[in-house]
Amino acid sequence: MATTTAGSTFVTKILRFRELAIVVAIVLVFALTYLKNSSFASTASIQQMLSGPSIIIMLAVGETLVIVTRNVDLSVGSVLGLSAYLVGDLFVHYPHMPVAVALLVGLLIGLVCGVVNGAIVAYARVPALVVTLGMLYIIRGIDAIVVNGVQIQPSQIPQSFVNLGSGSLIGIPYLFWIAAVAVAIVGYVMRTFRPARDLYAIGSNPEAAILAGVRVPRRVFSAFAISGALAGLGGALWLAEFATVASTAGSGYELNVVAAVVVGGVAIFGGSGTILGAALGALLLNTIDQALVASRVSSFWNQAVAGILLLVAIAFDRYVSLRAEKILRVEGAHRDNA
Amino acid sequence: MTTPEIAVTTTNISTTPERELLMPPRSFKDVLRSGVRWESGLVILFLASLVYGWSVTSYFLNMETLFFAGLNFGEIAIMALPMTLIIITGEIDLSVASMLGLSASTLGYLFMHGWNIWAAMAICLMVGILGGALNGFLVTRLGLPSIAVTIGTLTLYRGIALIVLGSNTAVGFPAWTQNLSSPIGNTHIAYDFALFVVLALVFGVVLHMTALGRSIYAIGLQPETAFFSGIRVKRIKFSLYVVSGFLCAFAGILYTFQQASSASDTGVGLELNVVAIALFGGVSIFGGRGTIFGVVVSVAIFASLQSSLTAINISGQAQSIVTGCLLLLSVLVPNAIESMSRLWPRIRSRRPSMEVS
Repeated sequence: MATTTAGSTFVTKILRFRELAIVVAIVLVFALTYLKNSSFASTASIQQMLSGPSIIIMLAVGETLVIVTRNVDLSVGSVLGLSAYLVGDLFVHYPHMPVAVALLVGLLIGLVCGVVNGAIVAYARVPALVVTLGMLYIIRGIDAIVVNGVQIQPSQIPQSFVNLGSGSLIGIPYLFWIAAVAVAIVGYVMRTFRPARDLYAIGSNPEAAILAGVRVPRRVFSAFAISGALAGLGGALWLAEFATVASTAGSGYELNVVAAVVVGGVAIFGGSGTILGAALGALLLNTIDQALVASRVSSFWNQAVAGILLLVAIAFDRYVSLRAEKILRVEGAHRDNA
Repeated sequence: MTTPEIAVTTTNISTTPERELLMPPRSFKDVLRSGVRWESGLVILFLASLVYGWSVTSYFLNMETLFFAGLNFGEIAIMALPMTLIIITGEIDLSVASMLGLSASTLGYLFMHGWNIWAAMAICLMVGILGGALNGFLVTRLGLPSIAVTIGTLTLYRGIALIVLGSNTAVGFPAWTQNLSSPIGNTHIAYDFALFVVLALVFGVVLHMTALGRSIYAIGLQPETAFFSGIRVKRIKFSLYVVSGFLCAFAGILYTFQQASSASDTGVGLELNVVAIALFGGVSIFGGRGTIFGVVVSVAIFASLQSSLTAINISGQAQSIVTGCLLLLSVLVPNAIESMSRLWPRIRSRRPSMEVS
C-alpha cells in the first residue's frame, strides 16, 4: 500500500509540475517581451491577453472532457460558428432579448449538437474522429444555408451584449471571468466527483472501466454533450466579442483547440490531464502570439513558433510519462523483492 | 476488442481454403461479409450519383464536366493515396495540406527570386521529403502519437510557409506550366487526374500485391505481432510519412501551376477533406482495413456529387452537408449490418424454442 501511495503522489507531483511548467513558460514569455517592449505590461495589453484566449479556453474545457475519455470532438469550431450566427440572428429579430437569454440560447444550440455527437459515438459505437469530422461538415453546411450570404452586422447587436465582449469587472474582462468560472466549476468537478473520475477511468482503459461497472456510454455521451454546450456558449461569446458573424466564423478552430489542450498536458489518448492545464495551454499559445506582435517580430512567425511549441510539449509529455513509468516499475520491483 | 477485428480481416486476407478450415460453416454473417463489402456499396453509390447528376443536368456526362471534376479533385485525390496507407498502419497525417501550402510557397518564393523553375521544383520536393521525414522521425523514433505530432507539424509547416512567402502572392510562372490546367492533348483528361490514376495503380499494386502491402495491414492490425514477425514496423511507417510528404509537395507544385499563383494559405483546411475521402473509401480509422479501390471510388463519388450539386447551384459550403452525411454513413452502415448479422442467428435459434414452449 505504501508504495502505491508513493506512486500516486509522484504522479500528482508530475501533474502539478506539468501545470507549473506552463505557468513558468507564460511568465517567461511575458518577462522577456516586457524587457523588449515595456508597453506589453500596460493594462490594455494585459486585458487583451486575458480576453483573447477566453473563447478558446471555453472550447478547450469541453474538449478536455472528451479527450480524457480517449475520444475527440472535431466539431467544436462548426458548433461555435452556428451558435454565434443563430444568436446574432435572434438579436436581429428580438433586439431587446436579455443578455442571459442570449447566452442560454447559445448554450442550448451547442447542447443539441453535442447530444447528437454523443448519441452517435456512445450508443452506435463508432469512432469519434469520424463522427465529429462528419458533424464538422454537416453543421458548417447547415450554417452556410442559414447564413445564406447575409452577415450579422455590429449595428444589429444591442450595446448591452457587445459590452459583455468588451467590458470588464475590476480590470478583468467579462469574457475572462466567464471562462475562469467555467474552468473553476468543471475543474473542481473533474477532481472531485465520481462521474467525472469515471471519464479518466474510461480513457485510461475502456475495457477495465466496463468491468469496474462504469457506465461508459452514458459518461461518454455526457462528455460530448457538455463539450457541445460549451462550444455553443463560446459561439455566443464570439458574437459578443466581434459583433459580426459570417458563415466561416470559427472554421479551423477545432485543431487550435486540440492543440491548446495538448500543450496543456492532456494526453491525446485519454486518461490524464486537467482542465486547468488545458486552459493554461490556451493562455500560453495566445500569450506567445501577442508577445511576438509586441516584440515586433513579424506576425508571420506566430504559427511556426506555435507549431514548434506544440511539438516540444508533446515530446516533453512523452519524456515525463516514460520516466514516471520507469520509476513506478522500479518501485514495483523493490516491492516484489521485499 | 481487437481480437474480432483481426479475425474479420484475416478472412479477407487469407485464401479461401484456409478460411474454410478456420471458420465454422458459413453463417448469415459470412454471406454478408463475402457479398456485401463496403466497396460494393460504394460502386452502387457511385452509379447512383452518376444517374442523379445526369438527371439534374444533361450536360453532366459530357467530357468537359468530367475534366473539371478531375481538375478540382486531383490534388486531394493524390494526397489521399499515401494517407490511405498511413491510416491502414494505424497512424494519421494531418499535415498534408500544410505541406502542400509549404511546397507551393517555397516554389513561389524561389521563382520570384530568380531561380530556374526546375531547380525550384526540385527544392520543393526535397522540402516535402524533409517534412515527411520529420513527421516520421517524431512518430517512429520518439514514439509520439501521430495525431498530436501532425497537428503540430500542420501548424509548423503552415507557419514556415507564412515566413517564406508572407502575404505575397507569387505569379508569372513560365507559360508551359499553364498547360497543366488544360486537358492532355486532344483528350478531356486533366493532368492531375491522369497522374492520380497512375499513382492509384502503383499504390494499389504495392498495397494489395506485395509483401510490403501485407506488412502494412499487419502493422495496422497488431503492431507488436507485426514486429515480432520480423516486419520493420518503424522503418515502414517512416517511409510512408516520407512518401506522403513527397507527394503532398508534388501536389503543391501541380496546384500552383494550375492556379498560376501561389500564396501561403494555399490549400488551408484540405487535410480534413483528404481524411474524409480515405475514411469514406472504407479505410478503418483504427488501421488494418481498407483498399485503394475503395478510396478511388470514394474520390469518384465526391467528384461526381460535387459537379452535380454545383450544377444545381448549391454552394460549396452547403455541399459539405453531403460530405458529412456520407462520412457518418460510412461508419454507421457497416455497424448496422454488423449488429444485424449478430442478431439474426439469435432470432432464428430462438424461434423454434418458442414454438416448443
